Amino acid sequence: MSDDDSKADVHGHVAVDVTTLDAELIEGPSVATPDVAEYALWLGDDSLILSQQLGAWISRAPELEEDVALGNVALDLIGHARSLLHYAGTATNRTEDDLAYWRTEPDFRSLHIVEQPNGDFAHTIARQFVVSHYLFELYSRLRASADATLAAIAAKAVKEVDYHRDHSTQWVLRLAQGTDESRRRMITALSDLWPYVEEIFRDDPLIDSLEGIAVRPSTLRPAFDSAIAPVLAEAELEIPRGFVASGGGRTGRHSEHLAFLLAEMQVLTRAHPGASW
Amino acid sequence: MTSTITPDTSASVAISVEEQQFNDLIEADSRIEPRDWMPEGYRKALVRQISQHAHSEIIGMQPESNWITRAPSLKRKAILMAKVQDEAGHGLYLYSAAQTLGATRDDMTDALIAGKARYSSIFNYPTPSWADMGSIGWLVDGAAICNQVPLCRASYGPYGRAMVRICKEESFHQRQGFEILLELMQGTDEQRQMAQDSVDRWYWPALMMFGPPDDDSPNSAQSMAWKIKRHSNDELRQRFVNMLVPQAAVLGITLPDPDLHFNEETQQWDLGVIDWTEFHEVLAGRGPNNAQRLQRRRDAHDEGKWVREAAAAYARKQSARTEEMVAS
Repeated sequence: MSDDDSKADVHGHVAVDVTTLDAELIEGPSVATPDVAEYALWLGDDSLILSQQLGAWISRAPELEEDVALGNVALDLIGHARSLLHYAGTATNRTEDDLAYWRTEPDFRSLHIVEQPNGDFAHTIARQFVVSHYLFELYSRLRASADATLAAIAAKAVKEVDYHRDHSTQWVLRLAQGTDESRRRMITALSDLWPYVEEIFRDDPLIDSLEGIAVRPSTLRPAFDSAIAPVLAEAELEIPRGFVASGGGRTGRHSEHLAFLLAEMQVLTRAHPGASW
Repeated sequence: MTSTITPDTSASVAISVEEQQFNDLIEADSRIEPRDWMPEGYRKALVRQISQHAHSEIIGMQPESNWITRAPSLKRKAILMAKVQDEAGHGLYLYSAAQTLGATRDDMTDALIAGKARYSSIFNYPTPSWADMGSIGWLVDGAAICNQVPLCRASYGPYGRAMVRICKEESFHQRQGFEILLELMQGTDEQRQMAQDSVDRWYWPALMMFGPPDDDSPNSAQSMAWKIKRHSNDELRQRFVNMLVPQAAVLGITLPDPDLHFNEETQQWDLGVIDWTEFHEVLAGRGPNNAQRLQRRRDAHDEGKWVREAAAAYARKQSARTEEMVAS
């Protein structure tokens, strides 16, 4: 989806023929170093898992326009995931599909927040609201990465994530200020998701070895907080206080949800080792 | 169809100026637009056809969305998501086209979830295997294209124009289905078996998508006279089979019709006898998945009710706020 399309039409449209990887991202000699590959896995797995979750909404959304909109977000995210996993795989001579389908749970690097189940529409929106705002800040800065491939992926992704941010923001406002029921559900969803926010901004030791290449997660927190504050204020929502989950996704310690998600995602591929599709 | 059109009225009754204009437009192959006068029967026939088509797109999302979370490669997953999303988009254009004829989306949705509206019976079949994503693209979308390309010239403007966009996307859908099957047929024995089994299950239902034989199709004649429909069911079905045979040869797939043979005289592929009993059974609600498909649509609608209500309430509050600001 081009930037223009996403701006012009909230329920934008992605055609089947634009789902191949962008040439500039898959050609060329760039091979990721082991540390860069690990970092690409972090980001790639977040997008992959979130895309997998959103894909499950298609044909089940509250209205047709949302089947299209959530489908768009899922498609953008799987595009980012493919570019990032492809790049991660260059370090170990593995394909995007080797990484998506043939790793087991401890080898995934996703954050717990993207592993949280879809829940009701408010949960999906709360999760998307948090993650899209985080990804927007992340990709905005990653555009200046010293790693040209990561910078190129970020430059493309940031435009798309900007739309995801807008889409989820509009829904947070509608749900928080719509009916009593929608407000109650929005408050519950935000409070259910909030324990997983802190992990997003935690600096794992890997970051120390990627100065100038990766974005230090903790540095994104102030921008994230100031981006969401006016939305929450307008929605008359408060930042939930309570549990903080210990996380651990970046080192392979995952939520209970991930194993089920992977079992479903990988089942067919794993039944046919060596087959191509 | 070149004879004079005399819809709804007997030739002996004098027709109004408006009706004469309508007939002239149809005769001249021009488009009828929403503000033009049109006979009530024409309007009804269009609303029926367009809303059934929209419902088919919406219900048709289900058998494919069944495989989104399990697609066997990321590329296939992306293509499948884009395809099912296209179908939601097609449903939206078509509902809009029906709305230009005075139908409301709420009424059409209510009719669908109440089980009162028809949609293509093909979507009442299950998709137990990944190869079904290939068969749906190749056979179901292929049949849909044969049906729909002539509709791009349908006499009602908004419908014809919606169909132009839809047909472009459908041709990608068909091609990706063919590619899925080709990849499977070039793969392992298990994959080839998966593909053949799937085509065995989808071939006959796909042929039935063109509707009953011409001598048993109650609505066809009038639709052809009004140029909503341009070719008969049997003509389109024949055209489809002629297209499939060489493609099946490229795939190395056997079409499950032992009587299929080339007729030197007509230069067409003659097909075996279609078992219409099954068609009528599925149409009557006794297909494998009729209940499941409707229930899933109803569940999505019911579970989304609070969200739609929230959006409507928010929009009302926003516009009230804007009015206050304007007034003050």
